[in-house]
Amino acid sequence: MKPSPVSNCERRFLLRAIEEGKRLDGRQCYDYRNVRISFGTEYGCCIVELGKTRVLAQVSCELVPPKPSRPTEGILFVNLELSPMAAPGLEPGRQSDLLVKLNRQIERCLRNSRCIDTESLCVVAGEKVWQIRLDMHLLNHDGNIIDAASIAGIVALCHFRRPDVSVQGEEVTVYTPEERDPVPLSIHHMPICVSFAFFQQGTYLLVDPSEREERVMDGLLVIAMNKHQEICTIDSSGGIVLLKNQVLRCSKITAVKVAEITELIQKALENDQKVRKEGGKFGFAESIPNQKITAFKMESAAVDTNNVEEQAEEIITKADPPSEVFANPVLYTPGTAQIGEGIENSWGDFEESEREEAAEEEGEGDATASECQKMEIEGTSIIEETKTDEPILLSDSEEEEVVILQPQELPKKTRAQTNLKQGSTSKKAFIKRRKKKRAAH
Amino acid sequence: MAARGGVAVEERVGQVVLPGDVLVVPAHPDEDGERLRLGAPPAPHTRLLCGPGLRRCDAGLLVTKCGLLRHRQAAGGAYWVDSQQKRYVPIKGDHAIGIVTAKAGDVFKLDVGGSEQASLSYLAFEGATKRNRPNVQVGDLIYGQFVVANKDMEPEMVCVDSSGRSSGMGIIGQDGFLFKVSLGLIRKLLAPKSEIIQELSQLYPFEMVLGMNGRIWVKARTVQQTLIIVNILEACEYMTAEQRKQAFAKLSGN
Repeated sequence: MKPSPVSNCERRFLLRAIEEGKRLDGRQCYDYRNVRISFGTEYGCCIVELGKTRVLAQVSCELVPPKPSRPTEGILFVNLELSPMAAPGLEPGRQSDLLVKLNRQIERCLRNSRCIDTESLCVVAGEKVWQIRLDMHLLNHDGNIIDAASIAGIVALCHFRRPDVSVQGEEVTVYTPEERDPVPLSIHHMPICVSFAFFQQGTYLLVDPSEREERVMDGLLVIAMNKHQEICTIDSSGGIVLLKNQVLRCSKITAVKVAEITELIQKALENDQKVRKEGGKFGFAESIPNQKITAFKMESAAVDTNNVEEQAEEIITKADPPSEVFANPVLYTPGTAQIGEGIENSWGDFEESEREEAAEEEGEGDATASECQKMEIEGTSIIEETKTDEPILLSDSEEEEVVILQPQELPKKTRAQTNLKQGSTSKKAFIKRRKKKRAAH
Repeated sequence: MAARGGVAVEERVGQVVLPGDVLVVPAHPDEDGERLRLGAPPAPHTRLLCGPGLRRCDAGLLVTKCGLLRHRQAAGGAYWVDSQQKRYVPIKGDHAIGIVTAKAGDVFKLDVGGSEQASLSYLAFEGATKRNRPNVQVGDLIYGQFVVANKDMEPEMVCVDSSGRSSGMGIIGQDGFLFKVSLGLIRKLLAPKSEIIQELSQLYPFEMVLGMNGRIWVKARTVQQTLIIVNILEACEYMTAEQRKQAFAKLSGN
């Protein structure tokens, strides 16, 4: 069955909401959904819930001959499956692009980062090693599969216990759990993926996109990191151009989120360990009595509904009055004048802006957030338009309209007072500046 | 199943039934026990209707969906199962919201959430002629009614009633937001004098379109207000009447 398409009104509404800094479930831009980890009765089985996205992970192991190229190393095999149970649009058993991409990312996150000590999985060099198999199933799809799967994968690996073995001469003995306690895998570190969705060519950024946000996003950046702030993989898809400071900002956010999630995982593992020792109810059995007919519970107070209208009024009254309109061009120096609403003389030093321009040209390809300068020649006047788009400050876009005159008039040295607060994040900044073109003479 | 086999249908009304349950329809006292009333009704008022989720079998009624068994006494009595499923199956006469996926010649293809796409002729709009085509783009939302819906044919929708009037159907505006809820909630909302709708309408003005296929389109004055309505309606799925009243009281108190 085909996934249902996104209608125009959904797309428009979501983008408009994101522009206003609002999300469907009432989260802030940088908020992660609630993560819930529950364990199965057996070792190495867990379900991770990220909001409504659910991933089941199960680890198993068997003794196999090693790869000829690496005779002393165990093997880690990772596999993620999508089924129509998660979303009707997903097909079973088919290697869709999404599935291939997800599997590759998971593999890079878990295997290539060498989070598991594979050498400790060797039993007899060149003959017998443990193959650890990590199977993951998507049970429900509400966006950001990769984060949920990476958490589920690493939790299941941490939780797993393999049977103990002993080697006496040529003989290999595998002990049952009754004979000897199973041993945990040795985990070096816990890589966790954090996804960032970009909208409007990187102007807006959301952490942990939901399914509908994923459908209208322009690009996705996935960063895998461990709690020591070491980046394990980084993957950008969707074909958008990202600036250096955007990537840096994302990695900083990742560090914070990974620290939180790692702590949560460790707490969950400790809890489970404790309960198992005490012999109480553990695993999925523990959660059964609480579950009603509907497995999902709606989180309360998702959207802040407190006095919506009053707040809007307040914002309007508190906001700065609109800046003055300068009808006549203000001339600083020959060839440099400004006209329009809210004249702002930050670019007054012509050399500086030129220097910036040159610097921008060096950093080629940064088209998204760089100053774009357009020169128009109309008769004797040159209209220069300077557009500054700051990618991260979510509500700051300025437009200036500048009329450059030929030096025929006496240069007026009066500088316009700057009454536009730069960098103010209030909604006021959204007021559109009207363009006024005026040819001199 | 054998244990469940002999349950009379009256006893289970209002209770949860599961697929595979067999409900026995009591036979007429003047008839022999083996023949059911269903087969050949002696009088019209004893005719029994089998609603969604029920199927006739040798022993009586076979349940095919899980949910609450309902009964209505009108016209001899009707039994059906009220389930909370999400998958929509088109039914003739239902009003549904479709998303235009393609414009193929003189028909539009609509995604209605069913297994197959529905078709909609461009002439099936109010006032549409061969010259005067409706302005429909791919991705637009259309509120229409099913005129053909059976398991062997492609479902077909129209946006006019039998007298050629639109009566509320047609293209839905460009603004607003579309989201999905379960079919059970939609039926609850569409019920005459639905409490949820009445309570919602006291908050602030907004527009809403409810499709029987589980889709709801909402538009309020601001993005924030639309988001609030969306969240309330999604939450209604999991709230009891009391919890809902509390939530509304909290909202209107502000």
